[in-house]
Amino acid sequence: MKRLLILFLLVALPVRAELRVFACEPEWASLVKELGGDMVSAYSATHALQDPHRIEARPSLIAKARNAQLVVCTGADLEAGWLPPVLRESGNAAVQPGRSGYFEAAQQVVRLEVPTRLDRAEGDVHAAGNPHIQLDPRNLLAVAGPLSKRLGELDAANAAHYAARQQAFADRLQLAIARWEREAAQLRGMRVVAQHRSFSYLFNWLGLIEAGTLEPKPGIEPGSTHLAQLLGQVKAKQARLIVRTPFDSPRPGEWLAERSGIPLVTLPFTVGGSERAHDLFGLFDDTMAQLRKAVP
Amino acid sequence: MQRIALLAVVASLALPAAAADEDLKALRAEIAQMKQTYEQRIAALERRLVDTEAARDKNQPQQDDGTRGGTAGGFNPDVSLILQGQYRRMKDVPERSITGYWPAGGHSHGGDERGLTLDHSELVVSANIDPYFRGMLNVALKDGEAEVEEAYFQTLGLGRGFTLKGGRFLSGIGYINEQHPHAWDFADAPLMSKALFGEHYGQDGLQLKWVAPTDLFMEFGAELGRGAGFPGTDGNRNSAGTSALFAHVGDDVGRSHAWRAGLSWLSTRAKDREAHFEDTDAAGPNEVEGLFTGRSRTLVADFVWKWAPNGNPKERNFKFQTELFRRTEGGDLACVTDAATSPCLGGVALGDLRSRQTGGYAQAVWQFMPQWSVGYRFDWLNSGSKRYDPATVFAALDPANAYFTGYRPKRHTLMADWSQSEFSRLRLQFARDKSMQGVTDNQVALQYIMSLGAHGAHKF
Repeated sequence: MKRLLILFLLVALPVRAELRVFACEPEWASLVKELGGDMVSAYSATHALQDPHRIEARPSLIAKARNAQLVVCTGADLEAGWLPPVLRESGNAAVQPGRSGYFEAAQQVVRLEVPTRLDRAEGDVHAAGNPHIQLDPRNLLAVAGPLSKRLGELDAANAAHYAARQQAFADRLQLAIARWEREAAQLRGMRVVAQHRSFSYLFNWLGLIEAGTLEPKPGIEPGSTHLAQLLGQVKAKQARLIVRTPFDSPRPGEWLAERSGIPLVTLPFTVGGSERAHDLFGLFDDTMAQLRKAVP
Repeated sequence: MQRIALLAVVASLALPAAAADEDLKALRAEIAQMKQTYEQRIAALERRLVDTEAARDKNQPQQDDGTRGGTAGGFNPDVSLILQGQYRRMKDVPERSITGYWPAGGHSHGGDERGLTLDHSELVVSANIDPYFRGMLNVALKDGEAEVEEAYFQTLGLGRGFTLKGGRFLSGIGYINEQHPHAWDFADAPLMSKALFGEHYGQDGLQLKWVAPTDLFMEFGAELGRGAGFPGTDGNRNSAGTSALFAHVGDDVGRSHAWRAGLSWLSTRAKDREAHFEDTDAAGPNEVEGLFTGRSRTLVADFVWKWAPNGNPKERNFKFQTELFRRTEGGDLACVTDAATSPCLGGVALGDLRSRQTGGYAQAVWQFMPQWSVGYRFDWLNSGSKRYDPATVFAALDPANAYFTGYRPKRHTLMADWSQSEFSRLRLQFARDKSMQGVTDNQVALQYIMSLGAHGAHKF
């Protein structure tokens, strides 16, 4: 009976030519779109207003993973709280870790902040290092190559198409990186306070210096004691900016901004995080604009 | 380089002071020699730098093609340990049961002990076995006993939406049944779970699940099991003692809402299922064994709705969950004892027993700010209708036995919990428990749940 039902569904379902990609975060959906164009359909499991650490393994995600041909995620334990049950429950063999339908972006780049001490007393530390790799565009270049190759393997008929698009994307991005670096030259050496270690790769790329985090430890809510301590430090450390993601609670940042007089800026963090950040290029254009506006 | 430049400057400044060409020549030779030495040393240093960088690249975690799972680099297998304990304040009732219901007996994770108690500690070990299977073990540790809660393998490579599970696992019927106590939103199980299964229904057997290839989440499952757990009994037979079917449907509504609804059916057989009864012995009541042999069928409907602003549950979220059941049983009642004056002496058949019982629970949990949430749960049961021949049954068993009493057990529960991180939780709970006729038990529980080790990702 069930077999018959499956056969029926297989026949009855509309044949979709595009490669179906399930991206864990919007930046990877966007990258897949850049690399695949019309040949892929990219679904993003999360959006820019969601904290990718804290997602529910919702039924809708299982249904999407069930039909995906490729799963593209950050990895480095970022999705450890929700992706494993989603993939397991999906019954989709092709996208299980270890299969060609599973791709982790963080494996392609050199990760920052790899802890030397794995202890939860240090908060919710990721053994594989900081997973928020997307805010260094050079990481996107490093991911784009292998990802394009993977698209070509899964959809061999269009491999040349993917390779060509990857080349074009890399050229565009390299030009843009040179431009962004010129724009951000004046920011080099600036001290910045972040809510969570969400911007480490951005800071590293642009030569900004982290002057503290609003969270006392990764994944631990900012408390009043820690904030009071930080208030004393930020002045001594000459911090000039506080940055937050669109999904972080604005309260701790506002508290510190009000008392220290240091401006608080919401950076888009990922594609969709602001109106201008509608794609990967917009993401960095807007990030640069926000930073430069805050520090004239 | 800098030092050479410095020397050169010093040398050039010193030049006018130099008296003779001889001195100048000597100085030049000396500088040339120093320059050479420095250049050699710089070259050596540069070589060392290149070597070090190469070595560092080698030490980098191997950059693979990205198919490897994140946890693969971590500890294999994933091990987590959950520590749980409670302080409970409740009435001293010697043999707690739910009026109108056949006592589920079986196992429960305490909940009946008063005062400071250590609940069982859960040890969970899981890992991918190979590219095709995943294995998981969940052991509940208590004094002098280690109970295997779950020990199963699960396929990863069946594909086409199919997953096969084998071993001992918590049955997929209903919603809360698959959750371990540490994942509950309250310090104890709903009355419904206690009445139906003792606490939860575990299968020793096989489960086949299929997820439909549609955008709407649809999942269908079937289970075959040994059926040793309440409401069944261990049948000592070659065939399966129990079978279950379930279907789940779920989706999102906008960015902030998600829901899942399900319908499940469980059928199992009982042979000489025991419960304590009092007989009608004229010389004074004896405690005798009531025995039920027959079929038990349970239908469960469940619905869960979660709200999180923009799909971001970290700050605030709300969860509503409800389950309803109908259980029908049909078979024969008997009683047995070896008390000499009892009408049940040596085992007496008491004829047909048919029952239909209903009930459920509804609960809402609201996380109103990070770390803090409050919840309310309402439990209701109905002892339902029972058909038997009173003349035969009450000739042997006292009609005052709780099982024969028509009653509607109820319980109200309020809780508040505080989680400083994802891994620790403290909970305070008040309950007004009227699950036993004539007893209103106002209960207080203070509970801790601490998770060590691997991230325990929970299902929806």
